[in-house]
Amino acid sequence: MEILVASAIGILTAGGLYLVMRLRTFPVILGVSLLTYAVNVFLFASGRLTIGAPPILTDATTYTDPLPQALVLTAIVISFGMTAVVVMIALGAYLGTDDDHIDDAPGRGEDVV
Amino acid sequence: MSLLLIVALPFLGALLPGLMNQAGRASCAGVTFTVTLAAFVGLLTNLPAVMAGDLVMYRMDWIPSLGLNFTLMLDSLGFFFATLILGIGLLIITYARYYLAREDNMGEFFTYLLLFQGAMVGIVMSDNILLLLVFWELTSLSSFLLIGYWKHLPEGRQGARMALTVTGMGGLAMIAGMMILGQIVGSYDLSVILQNRELIQNSDLYLPALILILMGCFTKSAQFPFHFWLPHAMAAPTPVSAYLHSATMVKAGIFLMARMWPVLSGTPEWFWIVTSAGMITMVLGAVIALFKHDLKALLAFSTVSHLGLITMLLGTGTTYGAMAAVFHILNHATFKAALFMSAGIIDHETHTRDIRRLGGLRHLMPITFVIATLAALSMAGIPLLNGFLSKEMMMGEAYDTVMGGNTWIVPTMAVVGSLFSAAYCFRLIGHTFLGAKRDDYPAKPHDPPAGLWLPPAVLVVLVVAIGVAPFLAEPAVKAITSAVIGNVGDVYDGRFKIWHGFVPALYMSIVAVGGGLVALALFNPMLKIWDTVPRPEAKTIFDAVIRAAVRLSRALTLPLHNGAFTRYSAVMAVTVVVAGCYAWVTGTVGAPTRSVQPAGAIEIAGWVMLVSATLGMVFLHRNRLLALVLIGIVGLMVSVGFVFFSAPDLAMTQITVEVVTTILLLLALNFLPNETPVESTVLRRVRDVSVAVAGGLATMALSYHYLLRDAVTAPISEFHLANSYKGGGGTNVVNVILVDFRGFDTFGEIIVLGIAAVLIYALTEALLGGPVRARLLNRTPDKPLAGDMHPMMMVVLTRVLLPVVMMVAFYVFLRGHNEPGGGFIAGLIASIGLVMQYMASGYSWATQRQRYPHHGVIGAGVLIAGLTGIGSWFVGKPFLTSDFAYVRIPPFGKFELATAAMFDLGVFLAVVGAVMLSLDGFSRLARRAHVKDSDHAMDINPARSEKEALKGQGV
Repeated sequence: MEILVASAIGILTAGGLYLVMRLRTFPVILGVSLLTYAVNVFLFASGRLTIGAPPILTDATTYTDPLPQALVLTAIVISFGMTAVVVMIALGAYLGTDDDHIDDAPGRGEDVV
Repeated sequence: MSLLLIVALPFLGALLPGLMNQAGRASCAGVTFTVTLAAFVGLLTNLPAVMAGDLVMYRMDWIPSLGLNFTLMLDSLGFFFATLILGIGLLIITYARYYLAREDNMGEFFTYLLLFQGAMVGIVMSDNILLLLVFWELTSLSSFLLIGYWKHLPEGRQGARMALTVTGMGGLAMIAGMMILGQIVGSYDLSVILQNRELIQNSDLYLPALILILMGCFTKSAQFPFHFWLPHAMAAPTPVSAYLHSATMVKAGIFLMARMWPVLSGTPEWFWIVTSAGMITMVLGAVIALFKHDLKALLAFSTVSHLGLITMLLGTGTTYGAMAAVFHILNHATFKAALFMSAGIIDHETHTRDIRRLGGLRHLMPITFVIATLAALSMAGIPLLNGFLSKEMMMGEAYDTVMGGNTWIVPTMAVVGSLFSAAYCFRLIGHTFLGAKRDDYPAKPHDPPAGLWLPPAVLVVLVVAIGVAPFLAEPAVKAITSAVIGNVGDVYDGRFKIWHGFVPALYMSIVAVGGGLVALALFNPMLKIWDTVPRPEAKTIFDAVIRAAVRLSRALTLPLHNGAFTRYSAVMAVTVVVAGCYAWVTGTVGAPTRSVQPAGAIEIAGWVMLVSATLGMVFLHRNRLLALVLIGIVGLMVSVGFVFFSAPDLAMTQITVEVVTTILLLLALNFLPNETPVESTVLRRVRDVSVAVAGGLATMALSYHYLLRDAVTAPISEFHLANSYKGGGGTNVVNVILVDFRGFDTFGEIIVLGIAAVLIYALTEALLGGPVRARLLNRTPDKPLAGDMHPMMMVVLTRVLLPVVMMVAFYVFLRGHNEPGGGFIAGLIASIGLVMQYMASGYSWATQRQRYPHHGVIGAGVLIAGLTGIGSWFVGKPFLTSDFAYVRIPPFGKFELATAAMFDLGVFLAVVGAVMLSLDGFSRLARRAHVKDSDHAMDINPARSEKEALKGQGV
């Protein structure tokens, strides 16, 4: 089980890194999203993997670690806000210059108006 | 009045002039005057205590762990400076009211002035040196604003920048010096530091601390070699020059040297650095001042010279020198502020400050003549005026000062400095007021209204009063001196007298005054020599240094920071991987403490789906829509994973966030190209793949090792599990952590979310307000539009669903404290319900039915959460302490009422508002001019041809 989760984190990271190094804004945004998944799962896994013991107090004797869950929960919501802002900036740049390259190269992306 | 209030009054008052701007100039100045007067009166109420020799203190802990506390103290030295600041402040405010032109924004001016005044009072009353530094930097900033007040003048802007650069740099050096001092003593409180003379002077760090602190003092007080900014600061309006650059701010450095005098002075290092800097400044300033034709430039260099004189006196390290310094601070503040104001009057009335174009003004402006002449004679050191008294003391002190075994150098320099000082004073009087009346003044000069001449007149009355009756000032000066020298020595016990008998100081004074007259007589030939001798120009050197610094930083940053985002990310990834490998190789890895859990078929199936979706994205990412679908699958599998590993709250959050994110990206994709073209070379892709694979393998290895080992120390989660029900009243520990244990974090996070949404709104507004708008309106879609923009089935379905979704959200919200759910998830669910209406029935239909603006909802959410937190203050608990109780409501049974639920409501509203506001921004971009939004939700146009459809004309 551990190897499955670890490899999933690794593959998400690798995919995210590759996409982040692309040249246009949209793949980079998707890449950042993949990296967000990887980071969130990694943080979540810092509570170690426990099956069938949610941190809802009952008569049970063991519970999984609730703290990473609380941290990751807000991280998920915040990452939505971050994605939205980045997408908006990318969109504004594209609409303003008719160019969605991510790198700032001389002579490219002058204002088309 | 409490010291806190005296310091706070100008800052609070700084809000008023801007508000009163509309009410007219008189009320604007009036309110500033009143605020200053209130602070001044408040200061005077502390006079009895200060006179009794008490130390008035105010203490409030701020960040005790850093030694940074809001401690204020008032002794006679602080009282003296505060009186100067507030007293002269009152005169300057009156003067400025009449000085500023009708076009000048008076509210802005007085706001800056009050800011400065508060910062200055803060400096002289701070007990904590870190607090002092804060105020110190504030004076640099407010001085910057005031120098550059006339924004249309390039000299003003350049002068402001130069002043900020020099004094700001000095301030930075001083921060380091104060830190060292605090480290030596082990306390940042002045009252403690001042008791530790031996400890500080015997420390190895004494010299670095001294040099760094003196850097701050010298830059602020315009001492050589940092003197050059002050003349350029004269581009400021004259009230500013009179207030900041003669009477108060430039004395802050001197104040600090006086304040630190008991612990820093008396060593050879102090003597050499401070005395020589002061002496050079004194002579240099006086010589340059003589040859300046601009009245204000002349006064500026004379200020530099007099500040040098005071510094030199403090540098001698004797108690007599300290007393002379204190006395001269007082005298200089009176005559120099009066002179600056007179120069302002001349400028105001004749429209020039060039001495060469003036002369013969004594008949035209008799009042100004009297004021300026008395002040200038005092500065020249003529008996029966106060400048004479302190200059005599200076001469006496200089005569006794031995520098490196040399007995004549200091007295000679003192005489030379005074000689030139007398010469420029005589020139100021002679070339401006005396001589024949001219007929080519730029404007017809006459005496100004009383508002302009009264403030300097008040000061000149003091000049004469102290000059004639020195015993008036004697007790105050001695009391202040005793505060300066602390317990290092005793105050000089002789009387202040005009006539001391035939002592060396008298002869030195006679030589200086006589020499001054001779110098004036020889002025024209001397000026010719002066003009032909090449001199280094400070401004050119300064500009060259700045340019070199800019070039150096460019050379350092540009090659690294060239705007290529892909390169940054590659560099960062490689760096992190290399650092991780280094840690791996050099560190030790413990044995696994947990056993591997077996994986079943379902888990493997989920893994396969996640991995294939990710790989599919990487390979097919050029088709953007497909990539979006695939990332949806990734998100879904991650949520499933959360459910599987006992995290129901996370799963619910992830899946709802997934929905809104996908909608958001779809909206964005509407504008962006559908395909990503192939651009990178094969080589480059190979590079990227290797970096990505290395990063992936590294994270995988890290996660795997991590998952098989327990934490080195026990996690704090046990506490949360044990106290969740007892202390937080909920059985869903994750939710209790969010709204209770770590409520402050959550509060911050909803604020961040709100800021992000408002930022998106602002970006949308900026885009729609700019040239992009026209392009958006005229764009033709690249995909054929559907014939029915709002399909009936979807409209009906979403409308039926809305109440159901809302009920689910409500339910999830309520049960959140005990079962999976809570404000975040409920908020996301509710937003999805609302977004569905927008999607199905159209933007305008939905917007018309929207009751509350989204910003308002965010604000209400943050406010409710904040007020819930503040509520706990009223019962004497810290911010966000929660409470709960069980109540029995008859038909339903037992209910729990928790303040945490109110907080969660705030979270709910903030999330709803933020999500809706973000999506709203994107939708507004999509509206086009030629497509009319229909108010009817179900507007199907079956008659539309394919051609029209391609042009995007729906209705």
